[in-house]
Formats: sequence, C-alpha cells, structure tokens
Amino acid sequence: MASILRNPNPNFPSLSKTSSSFLGLRVPANLSWPRRVASAMRSPFSVSCTLTREPVGADASAEYGVRPSSASQRPDSFGRFGKFGGKYVPETLMHALTELEDAFWSLSKDAEFQEELAGILRDYVGRESPLYFAERLTDHYKHADGGGPHIYLKREDLNHTGAHKINNAVAQALLAKRLGKKRIIAETGAGQHGVATATVCARFGLQCIIYMGAQDMERQALNVFRMRLLGAEVRAVHSGTATLKDATSEAIRDWVTNVESTHYILGSVAGPHPYPMMVREFHAVIGKETRKQAMDKWGGKPDVLVACVGGGSNAMGLFHEFVDDLDVKLIGVEAAGYGLDSGRHAATLTKGEVGVLHGAMSYLLQDDDGQIIEPHSISAGLDYPGVGPEHSYLKDIGRAEYYSVTDQEALEAFKRLSRLEGIIPALETSHALAYLEVLCPTLPDGTKVVLNCSGRGDKDVQTAIKHLQL
Amino acid sequence: MAPCTTFLSCTKYYCGHSLPRLDLRSSSKSPGRSFPRMASRNVVRSFKILGTFSKLRREGKVALMPYITAGDPDLATTSKLLQLLDQCGADLIELGLPYSDPSLDGPVIQASTRRALANGTKLETTISMLKEVAPRLSCPIVLLSYYKHIEAYGVEKFTSIVAEGGVHGLLVPDVPFREIASLKRRTEANDIELGLITTPITPRYQMEAIVDVSEGFVYLASSVGVTGARPTVNPQVEDLLQELKEVTTKPVAVGFGISKPEHVKQIATWGADGVIVGSAIVQLLAEARSSEEALRHVEIFTKSLKAALP
Repeated sequence: MASILRNPNPNFPSLSKTSSSFLGLRVPANLSWPRRVASAMRSPFSVSCTLTREPVGADASAEYGVRPSSASQRPDSFGRFGKFGGKYVPETLMHALTELEDAFWSLSKDAEFQEELAGILRDYVGRESPLYFAERLTDHYKHADGGGPHIYLKREDLNHTGAHKINNAVAQALLAKRLGKKRIIAETGAGQHGVATATVCARFGLQCIIYMGAQDMERQALNVFRMRLLGAEVRAVHSGTATLKDATSEAIRDWVTNVESTHYILGSVAGPHPYPMMVREFHAVIGKETRKQAMDKWGGKPDVLVACVGGGSNAMGLFHEFVDDLDVKLIGVEAAGYGLDSGRHAATLTKGEVGVLHGAMSYLLQDDDGQIIEPHSISAGLDYPGVGPEHSYLKDIGRAEYYSVTDQEALEAFKRLSRLEGIIPALETSHALAYLEVLCPTLPDGTKVVLNCSGRGDKDVQTAIKHLQL
Repeated sequence: MAPCTTFLSCTKYYCGHSLPRLDLRSSSKSPGRSFPRMASRNVVRSFKILGTFSKLRREGKVALMPYITAGDPDLATTSKLLQLLDQCGADLIELGLPYSDPSLDGPVIQASTRRALANGTKLETTISMLKEVAPRLSCPIVLLSYYKHIEAYGVEKFTSIVAEGGVHGLLVPDVPFREIASLKRRTEANDIELGLITTPITPRYQMEAIVDVSEGFVYLASSVGVTGARPTVNPQVEDLLQELKEVTTKPVAVGFGISKPEHVKQIATWGADGVIVGSAIVQLLAEARSSEEALRHVEIFTKSLKAALP
C-alpha cells in the first residue's frame, strides 16, 4: 500500500516542547520584552541607540484557531520566532521534518542518549573548550587611562576539526542513527561544517555526501581534501553563484529525493523548523560552559558577547544561554565584504529584507525583483545571503545588535590576533575580532567581553597569502 | 465557508485526526456544479479549472497539462508556445514563474529558470505577456510560483497582479499548510483556484487535509523527488490514485517524471484526471538551436502525448 497509516502525532499542538530542555539546558520561560529590553538599552554598556520595537506577537496567519506564536516562545510549535522561521518546504519533506522534531524532543529526555552525546563531546570533540583570557589583546585595547575591557576568547577553535561546527554534527549524526538513517547529506560553505560532518560520518560509519559550491571548493581546497580523506563524497555545485546558497539548495533537493533513507545535517541555525531550534540547542553548550567558566573565573557573568554571524550557529550557541539575561549585551558581526555601499557584501541583517530562503522566513539579501543577490565575503563561511530566523527575530525585538566589518578589517584582525596571542583565527572569527576595534574604546574599565573564537585559521592561510604582505 | 473548511483541514493536518465531514464543505463531492458559488467576499467565482476537468470527465477524457517556464528562452517565445500548446490539444497549461532556488525542481527545470532569470523575467513582465495572450487561449493557465515571490510582493498584491493576467489557477510547492488559509482568502477573492500537492509519502491524514483544501485539482507527485524525466512511471501511482479517489471526487492530476506517450497512456488507464508533462518539454526547448526549431519539436511531442490520451 502506498499510504503510510501514521498514528496521530501526540505532541501536536503542545506548548510543552518550548519549555523542555536539551542536555539540561533551559529554554526560556515567559518574558515581557519591551520594558526589559528598553532598560537593557539604557545600561551603561550601550554602544549605540537601537530602536526597541514591539515584539511580534500573535501571528496574523494563525487566526483560524491554530496556536499563535508569542514573543516568549522561541520558537513556537510551528517553528516561528515572531514572524520569522517556519517551514517553507515542499510537502515531500513535511513528514521528515515532523519525524525529526519528534525524535529531537524524545531524545532530549532520553538519559542514555544524553550520556552518549556528552561522552562524545568530552572524549572525542574535546569539550569543554577553554575560556581564555586574552591578555595581550586586552592590553591592546587599554584606554589612555590604563582601564579598558577584559577580553576573553571562548576557544571553539580548539575543538576537534577546528571549529564549533562539530557540536551540531555529532549530535545530529547520533540522532540520525536513532532514526535509522544510513545516508547523510550536508551543505558546506567554508568547508568546516563539511569536514565536521565527514568526521562524524567516519566516526559513526555513515555514508556521507557533501554539497559544496564550485567557487568555494576552489578557495577552500584544503577542506575539500580533508573531506575526501575522511571518506565523504564532495559534490560540486555549479548552479547559481556556486557558493553556499546553491549548495544548500542542492542539498535540499537531494533530501527531497532521498528523504526516506537520508538525514540532512544542516550546518547552521537556518532552514526549516526544527533545524534553527535544533542546531541552536546542539551548540548551546558553548553558552552554558561560558556561564560556568565566567562564574569560576571572575564570579560573575559576561557583560558583552561578540560572535561572527553567517548563518548564525556559533553566535546562537553563545547567545542562547544569555538571552534571558538582559544585562548581557549580544553583538553579532556580519561580513561587509568590499563595503556596505559596494553591493558586494553579506551583511544580511544590516542591508537585507524579509523573505523566504531555504525553508525559513528571515532577513535575506535580494534585489528589487525579489531575486536573491550573490553575496561576497573573503570568508566562505559568512558568504551567505540569508541568516538564521532567530537572529532576525532578536534583531527586530532589539535584544541583539548586528554590525558588519569589511574584508580588509577582517584581514587586519586575522593578523592582529596571530601577532598578539599566537592564535591564528578563522577569517570568519576575524570579523568578530575586527569589531573589537569599534567596541572596546566605548566600554568602561573592567567590562567583561567574551568573544566566540569560532574556528582556527589554518584553512585560510592560502587566502591570506594572496591578500597580506608579510 | 471556506475559512471554516481550511481551519478544520489545518487541524486535521497538524493534529492527525480524521474529522467528520461537515456540510459546510464546498464542492468536493460535486465537481460538476453548473452555477458559480458566492465566495466569502461576494466575488463570483468561475471555477475555470474545475470546470475544465468536469467537462473532460463528462466526455470520458483525460486532461493533458504541459508545463513550461515563463521566459525560457524568452517571453516572446513563451507567448508563442502557450498558443501552440493550446492548439495542439493542451487542456490546461502550467506556467512556472522562474526562481533561483527551486527546491522541487531537477536540473532541467533549474536550467530553464536560470535562462529565464538571465533575461530578466519577472512577475510583472510575465503577467504583461499573459494579459495579451491569455484571451486568445481556449485553455486556462495555472501559474506555478514558489512562496518567495508571494512573500516578496505580499499575498494581496501578488494574487491581484496574477489575476490581472487572466490566470485561473495557482500552485505553490513550498507553502506550509498553516499559511494556506491566508493565501486562499486572497486567491478566492481574485477568482483563482489554489491547487495543492500531495506525495507518495504524505501520511494519510495529511493527504486528506490537502485534498479537502485543494481547489481546481489535486496535484499528485508521482514519486518522491524533484521534477525530471524518469524512464518509467512509479507503479505506486496506481494505488495512490485509488486512495485519493476513496477520499475525494476532485480531479487528480499526476506529474513528475512523465516524459513519453506510453507514460501518459498508463497513468490515464489508472484513473488520473490529468497528466502533467514538464521537464520533457522544457528539455526540447533547451536543445533546440532556434525558436522555430523549439516550436516545431514541442508541436510534434505534444501531439504525440495528446494522441496517447483518451
């Protein structure tokens, strides 16, 4: 029989999902945004004026008795963060997405699964990653009076495979195994997520196919080799701009075709629900560790969190733990490429408009005809014309601020961290580091800044060689 | 009336329960209504798509539904192709609005959308072309658009622009079920029938909800995957058609992979009300060395498909 006689989903509709937790991480409870966000904006650490908008409340399309989204649920049961998010995918994928979400929630309560995952994160990935006091970088940003912020780096670059990507890849691979899927697909921009996926597929014995834009394959040849060495098949995507956007579209089409046998390990907090939520939860260990480490180191919380934003996974991983702590400032840094006015950038949250891409409603870069613009950034991992819907939401409600930094500024920061701390950062991370130039002069003495050092820069030396005169 | 139907179907889709059928439901059991029904905004609806299928059913025929991408290779050729397909016996024509990242289309249609986008094809120019040619066509047009375009214009503006072009049907491959209510309000107000897609792996209760809400016809994707010619027709289609017929009397059109007269014949014998052929025709356009050659090849091919149908 062609049909699948499926039992009604016992979890729909239910609020309990958004008050569950994964790996013991708390998902925020009810909040009233406007007043508290406004007071955070008046805090002494405010860098700039950000208009605080009313949170997007009941969804207009929910008026037929379907559960409305509210600002306090991130996301609601339809995967909405305010008006952002959702599941704009063909019908073919709907069942798989539901199945994935059900599996995610049931495994969040499965002690055996959690223990297995925690063990792999500890013994294989090498967690917990250090929270490192960057002494010379801190000195560099000292004000004339000798005071200044204290800069800490959350060393996700020290994870196995050299970036934060592995946190999500490992968890999704385990989830895929529980779902009985033997074939894994993924998209990759810089190659870090591809390498992380190929790594976990080797570790767990899964067939691995990675889609990568042909242009990206050229600029990240080292990662392509690594993926192949790890046993993955890397398929070049030549269509469109031949970068991450097209690789993602091709991966979605592969999933539409092979959905019954295949799990799609999406690499960022983008895509259709439940991916933005799931990937955030799998990276949330970054923020959770940071809270504990901050308490151990200085007996308090960070004051400012800074992270680069491409799709937004490392930023959400750091921010999520602190979203309810309104005295913690959240700053995301995007790629301004050749400059915001050049038309060649990837600053989605600064210059983009709301639209649908890869299954989610979010900010994206599009032209007047609604066609998606080809972005540019020197860093392949930030070269994405969209952004995770949760970031779009946090920006709209004023909870997080987003700025951007040019290729040139990122390269300078790449060099700066290498020289001051002996850490070669990824070009993606260099964008966050570059923003410190603007941020630090405004911060009072003793402000604790935690910057997510999301990856190491070995993969970028060939690009850097072309641009840096050393 | 329609909002209640959509609400109940929405509940069915997400909650997984088959709800009892209510009398409020419109036209699902009587496709051959001879008078137009008043929609919620006092728009007189013509139900051209449903009407076409009803007429064919009475004549014991199966609809031939070719698909082409607007603007491939250019809008002038698209205009000629629409007229040609109409003359060769197409009963309905599916016209795709090009989009850069189509999640349900394979390499052939992806390439066609790239060609169309490269020459600047967009909604306004497509609709201008349609305004001119649609009055000359005897068969209705179903526009296929990904949700991105609808979001970019806003549901209200998009549906009213599309209606101006003489479009009577709309297919949106990636609209989540929950958004359909608001989209359907606008399509109804603009006398457009919103068709929905069901697949071989859609769970039964979701298929029932889709079928409840779909207007004009129900699109059955013949296989799990993206568009693109396949050597044979998925044998599951026979069972899927039977299942659909148990649940509705609405017309069911089968698409994806159909590329030969033999396929078309087989699907017709299995009880489909319509057969959609896309990539096979688009491929002819891609391979042709000139516009005239393209038209010639499409004419020959379409006539061979028509001949295979009752």
